Amino acid sequence: MLSSTRASATSIGTAAGTSYLRRSFRLLTRIPGAWIGAATVALLVLVALFGPAVAPYDPFHISAADKLQGPSPTHWFGTDDLGRDLLSRVLTGARISLAVAVVVLVLAMVLGVGLGLIAGYWGGWVDEALMRTTDVFLAFPRLVLAVAIAATLGAGLSNTVLAIALSWWPWYTRLVRGQLLSMREQEYVQAAVSLGAGRPRILLRHLLPNVGTTVVIQASIDIGFAILATASLSFIGLGAQPPTPEWGAIIAQARSYMVDAWWYPTFPGMAIFFAVLGFNLLGNAVRDAFDPRLRSVA
Amino acid sequence: MAAYILRRLALLPPLLVGVSLLLFVLTHLVPADPAKLIAGEHAGPDQVAAVRHAFGLDRPLPEQYVVYLQKLARGDLGVAMQTNSSVLSDLTQYVPATIELAAAAMLLTIVLGIPIGVLSAVRSGSVIDLLAQVLSVSGLSFPIFFFGILLQLIFVRWLNWFPLAGRLAITATAPPHVTGLYVVDSVLAGNLGDLRSAVLHLALPSLTLALTALAPTIRMTRSTMLEVLSQDYVRTAWAKGLVSKRVFLHHGLRNALIPVITVLGLYTSSLLGGVFLVELIFNWPGVGLYSVNAITTLDYSAIMGTSLLLTVMFVLINLGVDILYAVVDPRIRY
Repeated sequence: MLSSTRASATSIGTAAGTSYLRRSFRLLTRIPGAWIGAATVALLVLVALFGPAVAPYDPFHISAADKLQGPSPTHWFGTDDLGRDLLSRVLTGARISLAVAVVVLVLAMVLGVGLGLIAGYWGGWVDEALMRTTDVFLAFPRLVLAVAIAATLGAGLSNTVLAIALSWWPWYTRLVRGQLLSMREQEYVQAAVSLGAGRPRILLRHLLPNVGTTVVIQASIDIGFAILATASLSFIGLGAQPPTPEWGAIIAQARSYMVDAWWYPTFPGMAIFFAVLGFNLLGNAVRDAFDPRLRSVA
Repeated sequence: MAAYILRRLALLPPLLVGVSLLLFVLTHLVPADPAKLIAGEHAGPDQVAAVRHAFGLDRPLPEQYVVYLQKLARGDLGVAMQTNSSVLSDLTQYVPATIELAAAAMLLTIVLGIPIGVLSAVRSGSVIDLLAQVLSVSGLSFPIFFFGILLQLIFVRWLNWFPLAGRLAITATAPPHVTGLYVVDSVLAGNLGDLRSAVLHLALPSLTLALTALAPTIRMTRSTMLEVLSQDYVRTAWAKGLVSKRVFLHHGLRNALIPVITVLGLYTSSLLGGVFLVELIFNWPGVGLYSVNAITTLDYSAIMGTSLLLTVMFVLINLGVDILYAVVDPRIRY
C-alpha cells in the first residue's frame, strides 16, 4: 500500500515537473530575445571551440613589418602594434573569456549554494554567522570587491577567476538560503525527517533539486556579467597578462595606439559586447520564461 | 527618522571591521613580499629586513591587525608605501574628483534616463520606443571601458569636440579650493574660463560612467510609467479633460518615480565599481586612479584605505537613497 502510494505520488510529481518545464520552454521559444541570444551564444561557443583552428594566423606571431595595419582583405580586423593579426587574437580570445566565465560561475555556485544550503537548513548560529559574512561581502559593489581581492592576490588570470568567484558567492548563498527557509518547513521535508533521513540526504536529495532551477536561472543571467567582469579586471591590468589574447587585455594594450589605430580597441570591444549581449538576452529570456518571480530590472 | 539614521550608521563600524579583516587576511595570504618590493630589486637581505621592521611586517599577523585597527579608530590609514605620505591625506586629495565625476554621472542618468523612459512609455510602440529599448538592452552589455574609448575616438579624435583626458586644460590653473569640485569652485570664483574647461573635461567621463545606470533607469521608468498610465485614476484624469502634459507628468510620472528611485539608488552605488575603469581611461585624478596605481605597485595600505573609503561611500549612498524614499513617498515611515 505504502509503496503504491509513493509510486503514484512520484508519478504525479514527475508529470507536474515535466509539464512545467515543457510550458516554460514553450514560453521561452516565443521570446524574440531568446532566439537572438541563443544564436549569439551558439556562435560564441563555436568560435570558442574552433576559433583557434580556423584563425588565419598564429595569434602570437610577431611581424614588425605588419604593425598597426588597418582592416584589409589580408587582415580583416587589422593588426596590432606588434604586427599580430587581430582577427586571430579575437577568435582565440573567445575561448579564454568563455572558459573563465564558466569557471567563475561554477566556483561561485558550488561555494554559494553549498553555504546557502547549510545556512538555510541548519539555521541558528551557523545561519547567523554565514549571513553576517555575506553582509561584509555585499557591502561592496561587486566589481570593487573583485578588484580589491584581485589586487591583494596579485595579477594573473587564475587569481582573477578566484577574485570574481569570491565576490559572487554571497549572492547565491542569499538566494538559496532564502528559498530554503520556506522549503524546510514543507511537508515533504518533514516527511523525510520523520522517515529518518539524515541531514546530508535531505539537503542533497530533497532540497538541492528544488533550488536547482532558481540557481541555474540566476547563473544564466550572471554569465554575461562574469565575462564583463573578467574583461574589466584584465583591462585594469589585474587579469590576463600580455601576450595572452584576452579581450580586455588586448583593449588595455590598444589604448596607447588608439589615436592612430581605431580598429585595435574596436574589434575586441565589439567581441565583448556581442558575447555579453547574447548571454544577457538569453539569460533574461530564460528568467522570464521559467521564473516570473525573479523578474527584476537588472 | 533620526533614530533610524543613527541605527543605520551604527552598523558602519562593525562592517568596516569585517571588510578590513577580509582584505587583511587576503593580503597576507599572498606569497608576494611587499617589503621586497619597497626595498627595491637590488636590496640586500638586511635592507629588506629593515623595511619589514619599519612597516611592522615582521610581527605576528593578529598583532598586525590589532595595530591596524587601533590606528584605523584614530583615522590613521597608514602610509602609502609609494607616495610616502599618509593614505588619509592622499584620499582627501583625490576624493573630490571622484565625487564630482559620480555626481555628474548621476545627474546625466537622471536628466537623460527619466525623459527617455517617459517618452518611450508615452509613445509606446513607436520608433523612439524601439530605440530606447535597444539602448537599454545594449547599455547593460556594453563594457564601459570600451564605451569610454569609443567616445574618445569619436568625440576627441574625429570630431575634436572634447579634451582627451584630465580635469582641466593644462594651461588653466585650478580654481581656489572650496569644495574641491572644479565645476562648483570655478562658479564660486566667477571664473568662466575654468568652468568651461571643467565642464568639457567632465562630459565624456561622466557619460561613460553613467552608461551602466542609464540602461536600467530607462527600462524601469518605461515599465512603471506604462503600468501607472493604465491605472483608473489616470483614466479619470483623461476623462476630466486634463491636458496630456499634466496627465503624464503630474498623474503619471510622480507615481512612477518611486521604483525609479530604487533603481537609481542601486546603481549609484554600483557606479563606484566603474570609477576604476573610467578614471583610468580618462586619466581622472580620483580615488579610482589612485587605487589602480596602488594595485600595480602592491601598495597594501593604499588598497585597504581605498576599499574602506568606497565601503563608507557605498553605505552612505544607500542610506541617502532610503531617506529619499521617505521624502518622495509620504507613506514610507522609518
